[in-house]
Amino acid sequence: MAKGYSIFSLVKHALRPSEPWPEAWEKPEPKSSYDVIIIGGGGHGLATAYYLAKNHGIKNIAVLEKSYIGSGNVGRNTTLIRSNYMIGGNTAFFEKSMQLWEGLSHELNFNCMVSHRGQMILAVSPGQVDAFARRGNIMRLNGIDAELMDRNEVMKELPYLDYSKEARFPVHGAIHQPRAGTVRHDAVAWGYARAASQLGVHIIENCEVSAILKDGDKVVGVETSRGKILSSKVGIAVAGHTSHVAKMAGLRLPVESHILQAFVTEPVKPIVHHVVSWGAELFYLSQSDKGGIVFGGHIDGFNTYTQRGQFHRIQNVMESATTLLPFMSRMRLLRHWGGIQDMTPDGSPFICKTPIDGLYLNGGWCYQGFKATPASGTTFAYMIANDQEHELNKCFSLDRFEKGKELDEYGIGNWAYKQ
Amino acid sequence: MTAFKRIDKQSHIDRTKLISFQFDGKMTNGFAGDTLASALLANGKTLLGRSFKYHRPRGIIGAGIEEPNALFTTGIGGRTEPNTISTTAELKSGITAKSQNAWPSLNFDLMAVNQLLSPLFGAGFYYKTFMGPFKKSWMMYEPIIRKAAGLGAALPDLDTARYDMRYMFCDVLVIGSGPAGLAAAVTAARTGARVVLAEQDFEFGGSILSSGSEELERWRKTQIAELEKSSEVRLLKRTTAQGIYDDNLVVLNHTPESHSALMITEQLRARTIIMATGAIERPLVFANNDRPGVMLASALRTYLNRFSVAPKKRAVIVTNNDSAYATAFDLAEHDVAVTVAEHRSALSGDLLAKAAQLGIAIFPSCGISDVVGEKQMRAVRLSGRHAVTIECDVLGMSGGWSPAVHLTSHGGIKPKFDEKIAAFIPGGFAKSHFGAGAVKGTFGLLAAIREGEVAARAALPECKKIKELDLPAIREDRKYSIQPIWNAAEKANEKYAFVDFQNDVTVKDIRGAHQEGYLSVEHLKRYTTLGMGTDQGKTSNINALAMMADLRGLAMSQAGTTTFRPPYSPITVGAIAGRTVAAHFRPKRLSPLHDWHVNNGATFIEAGLWMRAWYYNWAGNTPEAAYIKEMELVRQNVGIADVSTLGKIDVQGPDAAEFLNRVYVNGFAKLPVGRARYGVMLNDDGVVLDDGTTSRINDTQFYMTTTTAQAGEVMSWLEYLLQMHWTDLDVHVTSLTDQWGGMAVSGPNSRRALQLAFPEIDITNEALPYLGVMDFKFEGVGVRVLRLSFSGELAYEVHCSADYTTALWEHILNAAAPLGIKPYGLEALASLRIEKGHVAGADLDHRNTLDDLGLGKMAGKDKAYIGKELRFREDCQAPERWSLVGIECMEDGAKLRGGAILFAATDEIKGHGRGYITSVTWSTELNKYIALALYNGGMKHEGKEIICAFPLKNENVKARIVSPHFIDKQGERLHA
Amino acid sequence: MRVPCPHCGERDVAEFRYGGDASKMRPTHDTGDLKQWHDYKFVFDNPKGPHLEYWQHVYGCRQWFKLNRNTATNEIIGGEK
Repeated sequence: MAKGYSIFSLVKHALRPSEPWPEAWEKPEPKSSYDVIIIGGGGHGLATAYYLAKNHGIKNIAVLEKSYIGSGNVGRNTTLIRSNYMIGGNTAFFEKSMQLWEGLSHELNFNCMVSHRGQMILAVSPGQVDAFARRGNIMRLNGIDAELMDRNEVMKELPYLDYSKEARFPVHGAIHQPRAGTVRHDAVAWGYARAASQLGVHIIENCEVSAILKDGDKVVGVETSRGKILSSKVGIAVAGHTSHVAKMAGLRLPVESHILQAFVTEPVKPIVHHVVSWGAELFYLSQSDKGGIVFGGHIDGFNTYTQRGQFHRIQNVMESATTLLPFMSRMRLLRHWGGIQDMTPDGSPFICKTPIDGLYLNGGWCYQGFKATPASGTTFAYMIANDQEHELNKCFSLDRFEKGKELDEYGIGNWAYKQ
Repeated sequence: MTAFKRIDKQSHIDRTKLISFQFDGKMTNGFAGDTLASALLANGKTLLGRSFKYHRPRGIIGAGIEEPNALFTTGIGGRTEPNTISTTAELKSGITAKSQNAWPSLNFDLMAVNQLLSPLFGAGFYYKTFMGPFKKSWMMYEPIIRKAAGLGAALPDLDTARYDMRYMFCDVLVIGSGPAGLAAAVTAARTGARVVLAEQDFEFGGSILSSGSEELERWRKTQIAELEKSSEVRLLKRTTAQGIYDDNLVVLNHTPESHSALMITEQLRARTIIMATGAIERPLVFANNDRPGVMLASALRTYLNRFSVAPKKRAVIVTNNDSAYATAFDLAEHDVAVTVAEHRSALSGDLLAKAAQLGIAIFPSCGISDVVGEKQMRAVRLSGRHAVTIECDVLGMSGGWSPAVHLTSHGGIKPKFDEKIAAFIPGGFAKSHFGAGAVKGTFGLLAAIREGEVAARAALPECKKIKELDLPAIREDRKYSIQPIWNAAEKANEKYAFVDFQNDVTVKDIRGAHQEGYLSVEHLKRYTTLGMGTDQGKTSNINALAMMADLRGLAMSQAGTTTFRPPYSPITVGAIAGRTVAAHFRPKRLSPLHDWHVNNGATFIEAGLWMRAWYYNWAGNTPEAAYIKEMELVRQNVGIADVSTLGKIDVQGPDAAEFLNRVYVNGFAKLPVGRARYGVMLNDDGVVLDDGTTSRINDTQFYMTTTTAQAGEVMSWLEYLLQMHWTDLDVHVTSLTDQWGGMAVSGPNSRRALQLAFPEIDITNEALPYLGVMDFKFEGVGVRVLRLSFSGELAYEVHCSADYTTALWEHILNAAAPLGIKPYGLEALASLRIEKGHVAGADLDHRNTLDDLGLGKMAGKDKAYIGKELRFREDCQAPERWSLVGIECMEDGAKLRGGAILFAATDEIKGHGRGYITSVTWSTELNKYIALALYNGGMKHEGKEIICAFPLKNENVKARIVSPHFIDKQGERLHA
Repeated sequence: MRVPCPHCGERDVAEFRYGGDASKMRPTHDTGDLKQWHDYKFVFDNPKGPHLEYWQHVYGCRQWFKLNRNTATNEIIGGEK
């Protein structure tokens, strides 16, 4: 039967249940060498492999994943996408990502449920309205959609917020990006994996890298739990474990690993139709198509590789939820979980070469790894294929701290644990 | 058809207390001791819900927390809760319950049409379609699909309930009050240790409550009576241990019986934890196993023995293990005709004998082929060689038992598979954790009691001295036997054989996931939505994992299990937030002058955690009107403003001067006593951390002020440097921010005002010049006057202890009343400083260097200071960096706006521009809009015309770059 | 998590603030070049395992201290004043 997904193939399979769907992605044994190895079968790694194969004609690629694909942050985030960035470099990169999101389901022939339901970021002071206006103006000047809303307009769009006199941090206005929204996160990993696999990429699960093999200053391959695999080009895309893997190549990085917790309530009928974020404390929320309210806050704030969050942070997030959206009080928290987030001192990522020839780094994504996935994959693939930066990722270099070129999008200051 | 009836049998309901409640608009009755579910069953209600995806009719399956189907929306208005689990909800009078996910009614649900499409709707359906015909096509389909989301509805009404949070400690926490838990708690309590017994049910006893045994009931009551007498024991019913966090923080969700709070979340630090959480029965998976009337066998027994609710006439039991016979026997003893479909081929003699004695027919080596009936089952068809159809009211199924290992693995210890009982048991216990009873896979009752006692003895060494527990006089435990049957569906019927009832995941879906390569446990869950419902897969996960392991040809131990994450069961968000919500969300910091402002016409604005006086009604009723008048007051006469929110730090010690000299970019070592100096401090990276004025009170004491926003940060930073790095410096820092209040007295008449207020004190220009500081006593109160100016006018700050700030403020207002002194608020304060070109919060955002703010010259060339080295990084010194400029509006009638992006007059208006406006005000002196901005190249461009672009309002306003010091460039007013 | 304050004893982590990697030597005041300060401020070991780090008992005695904690398990290995 046809490999393609469509309503027609669905009907065909429904009528002929004896003919099963093929595997979404193949499960080959690792070969002894590849042209390119990507360490990390998360969103970024899989996207990179896909774009390497599709845009650069490289087919002999392996993605090595220590667990199952999508087991890291691509399956643990709160599914938000947006391109409301105002620092030079960030703006174009994240808008590129948004443009790729717009056509992604179509391109991958896999419905990632890219929902442009709009994001409203609520300002809680006149000063914050100005700060958001600056962001919105930059967006508009770069061809990105943005609207400034006053309190009354917000009340119409989000009638369920607390507008009472007693409300703490009352809403003064909002910046709205209509094209922002949510994406079904797991589908991103699966969709890229399936599309990459169809282009011949080897996706190798349960294959943990234990060493990066070098010949002098040149990378030659990796040692894994499934044997030695050679390649002259190795890309690292392992999010929270960036420092851990980079250390195998002797690198120390401007990265700290922190836990970010995320939450989902029981499913209820649709009530929240946007992504809602708050300027009082870092807090963001949306309602999934299944009905659960998905939300999150700030990182716990200290280095950890455990995926267990601290309860006081859970309390903080529930307080924010209930204060901003009083109806949340009666909702029931169904699950909470943690992801290990690679935090950098300026809150911005790295997509760059390393001091080791043939070893490329993609990491330090802080809060924005998920929304960056398509652009990250595109530019990282470009860099690996051409051994030089793509115009869009030039600013995400390792030496920016030495040069004083930080990309501190939110003006938080050079502390990874505060970003 | 009525499948159940209330029978005349002694149980845990109290027939003297009739309870009325409403279900789907009809008044219904039950008894105290009932759950909502048992009362509904007793009233013959079996069709109670519709499933999530296919809207199939559903009834009650379980009798506890595992229930996937019988969820209702309870309460009204501000107390409306969707998805309430009826099998654990204690029946209370006045409960209003509504069925969910059905329209127009439970009985006739139009969405049930989805069942016809089920061949299409298999696992992964949504991933395979709705992708076209255009980019963004999903936006077309999503609104329609979203309508089907959710079970119950959330109402936007304010929650009228109160929730509390409490923080407790104990020596032993026992979770679960079944036989093991009671034994553990009593044993531990006898040592006098602080024991907490947490039970999610509204009755202690666990499985004993369902046993129907008088002897066990006697034993249960004896144990509870002993616990009630122990003063160090806290007995918590209606309390679910939701999660175990690092270092034994157990979060308990407690619903008190009578309390002003609806729920109390308890954060309990337990020295040791004994888990006696029991086990949950697994359904068997066969065609139409979701029909109303198909229930867990153990649930039938619970309804019978605990609630006196029995199937009307006939019951069929299908099982692969011995435990279901307890149900069969109890039912038969209460005049229910029972037939057993037994998957196993052989059965131990005692069961056979007892069955024969009770007239129970047992069909060996067979299961259920199909269930007949839609909204209520009518009959079952047996599979195998006895392909008979048996009419019955209910079908009780038992696929074995899954220990409730959830809490044991919250810390990261994975459960392991025990072949003997065909179930996952704890993979071990963390240090200070113990387990007892069914949670460890010990299914015998006496064994559970013994394990409870052993666990307590292991947890508390003190237990050595205490005597052994009395055991109930019951016969020794039977040996448990099971033959695992994970998928009992015939191949053709797999699409009707439900694994996850709430999310409508069938055997076919699991097979599909396997075919498509979604093999790992997590892929299976995420692809099929298995176990993602409100029941969190309590009845479905293990069956599904086993089927997948089977399909993959793996042993259960190789296939692994899912990650158990807190909370154990869904927990009300408001209960975790407690009282830290709405107006109490974060502490409100109030100036010592707050009450005065309230009583004298101030409108407030939140500034971080502070509530600050924004403007006063003497000047106008809107901020726009008021701040102009207040500015004029300061420029022309004299005003007084509350500056108590400034960070105030007392720096003392022989090395205080050296310390400040290192912290600030400019020199403080030689600051004379009685003088103040404006200082800027950098972070290690050379970026501005904060600014403020610090004065020298005496040789070894300085009084530092910081910005309101950074006060806490600066304090921590100073402490860090002194305690961790510069331990050789003899300096102490103490925050005075809350202990001292301050006020700015500003304007050309400010000196006269202070002279009127303090006639005894010489504050002439000679005695107190610009940047002079003076301490004196006024009516016995220490007062510090600093001649500082934020507004650019002749001005003073007057500080004193917070206790006297209001008195001092009122005194100055009274004394200077003849001058016409009035208060001015934050808006005017901020506008005055813009006119003067002082940078503040909006301009200081951790991105700006000293040079960006035009303050580069302040830094001592030969002097060391924090941030010096990294300040000179390449890009931090680039000539094209944005730096501080003033801007004046060149268009009449146009407005400058904060956040506008700046372009040179000849630039194309796109991209990132050359800078942006940080803060704007109307200048009462210049009669135009002025602004501070950061601009590429800064004051190099003085005099140039620029465009202030604000595309969000489609505005491009012409303006000119000018000095940021709009008024009094020479500083004559300051020095007047 | 419970954090052992060397002055007050063990307290809930909510009373503390984290202050980053303490394994690196801060260059002595008025010494060190751009490279040394860069490495000190921006480059982290970020080990999966024992980690020496700064904490402040910010809602308690306000003292800073160093703590050795295993980042793979959150277990406290030891503290020092």
